[in-house]
Amino acid sequence: MTNEPRRLDRAAVTGVLVREVVNFSSYWRATTFSSTVEPTVYLLAFGFGFGALVSEVAGYDYVEFVGTGTVATAVLFSSVFPAMFGTFIKYSFQRTYDAILAAPVDTEELVTGEALWIATRAGVYGSVPLLVAMVFGLDPSWGMLTVPPIAFLAGFGWASAGILIAALMKSIDNFNYVTSIVLTPLFLVAGTYFPISELPEWARVAANVNPLYHCVELVRHAVFGFVGWTDVFHVAVIVAFGLTAWRLAIRFMTRRLVD
Amino acid sequence: MPEPAIRLRGVVKRFGAITAVDGFDLDVPEGACVGLLGPNGAGKSTTMRLLTAQAIADAGELEVLGHTLPRYSKAARAQMGVVPQLDNLDTTLTVEQNLLVFTYLYRIGRAQRREAIEAALEIANLSDRRGAKVDELSGGMRRRLLVARALVHRPRLLLLDEPTVGLDPQVRQELWALIDRLRSEGTSILMSTHYIEEAARLAETVTVMAKGRAVANGPPAQLVAEHAGREALEVYGPPARLREVEHDAAGRGWATRRTGTSVTILRAETLDGDAPQGERRPANLEDVFVLLTGEEVT
Repeated sequence: MTNEPRRLDRAAVTGVLVREVVNFSSYWRATTFSSTVEPTVYLLAFGFGFGALVSEVAGYDYVEFVGTGTVATAVLFSSVFPAMFGTFIKYSFQRTYDAILAAPVDTEELVTGEALWIATRAGVYGSVPLLVAMVFGLDPSWGMLTVPPIAFLAGFGWASAGILIAALMKSIDNFNYVTSIVLTPLFLVAGTYFPISELPEWARVAANVNPLYHCVELVRHAVFGFVGWTDVFHVAVIVAFGLTAWRLAIRFMTRRLVD
Repeated sequence: MPEPAIRLRGVVKRFGAITAVDGFDLDVPEGACVGLLGPNGAGKSTTMRLLTAQAIADAGELEVLGHTLPRYSKAARAQMGVVPQLDNLDTTLTVEQNLLVFTYLYRIGRAQRREAIEAALEIANLSDRRGAKVDELSGGMRRRLLVARALVHRPRLLLLDEPTVGLDPQVRQELWALIDRLRSEGTSILMSTHYIEEAARLAETVTVMAKGRAVANGPPAQLVAEHAGREALEVYGPPARLREVEHDAAGRGWATRRTGTSVTILRAETLDGDAPQGERRPANLEDVFVLLTGEEVT
């Protein structure tokens, strides 16, 4: 008789990851290029543009403030968008998920594998802005070594959120609504380019439920010195966000993929 | 008695108000090639999706390779290969990379991986194109690669969903030869198709599906003898003449069907001397298909 089916089988998740890694070998140049150039442009634009007007923000050099803030932006851009578009393309246009689910892989393992892969990329690409900022004068510190794992953790949440968005949207054109109504505000009210302390109170409250804000704070503290329980709280929020988005992504992808 | 490769009993699948599969029974004995023949919309593709648990039945019993679905579907999927109707290869990867990915998805051990890829390349006759990107392959090669991909793990059961749809005749025959080889090697096969010739040539048993149900089941020759008799009479003529022939035939209780330019009178061997002028030919599976499904063949 058959053994009881196992959930989150390592072999199945590995299969999904291998597919992504092998595919990555055919497009890594373009992705790496944009992931490196984009934060550089942001750093240059904000660092030199605003940096000429303001020299210091919230106790930091403006270049340092923006350099660390851009990490969170890079994490967001390298996770939520590839997850949204990649997922939609793979299930709707390329029918890749039909092939994967015909193999001994369940939707839960499929979503987990995809999210882990994108999180790994976010861990790497999310750290690039720090290297760029160092070129512009950011001092290296030991705490920076924790930035890739932070970027991975936040990337996992945003990747899961992207998969969830793709599972919920009927058409790829609807992504525009999500981008304008949800992602752009989250991206701006996160303390990346200006501190949230200057915002009206409602916006400050809103920022606190924005996972990206917690990522920004955590990265800043990682670079300039952790602040005890505050950072434990930031980690907790990012983990909670990741777990919630992951489970919801599985639930709605199952609804989408299995009739 | 050996356990059947597939056994479905009373399977029902609804999509809202539409019942796509409506009390469907199907048997694929171990080592047999069964053709699932039916017009578009008969429920063939839904049945295929039920077999991989990409659709969950509302009622009925489903067993694949001795595993009850959907609960134990993963164990069944590990031992079966699926060739989808729509090409879903990774087009920016090479032939070999596509196969490599599936050796992981089908959990082939590291030691056997190389060998599995070589065997699949050989079966699909793609060994000399291993380094080519999928984008560069012809339609026929892509389809062969799809079959090879479904075979990397030497499955006991192969599902083919409309394997030759949209292929030109020469490529179709190439693929038939490949399926025939797998069949002779003992792989159980379930093949859905709406090409009569494909089912007649490759399948030992044919299940005719219409409106979500099995309306006939048996070896092609037996189905023909049972439902369409030995001979058919094709009567040609202008539309007015064809209507007249149909009218007369109905009056005499002869079974007929329209074939575009002619009216076919079935069981022509039983007609007496006053049958209309026409061409006699052996009855075939197409006659059965049209009789049972009420659909015209295109």
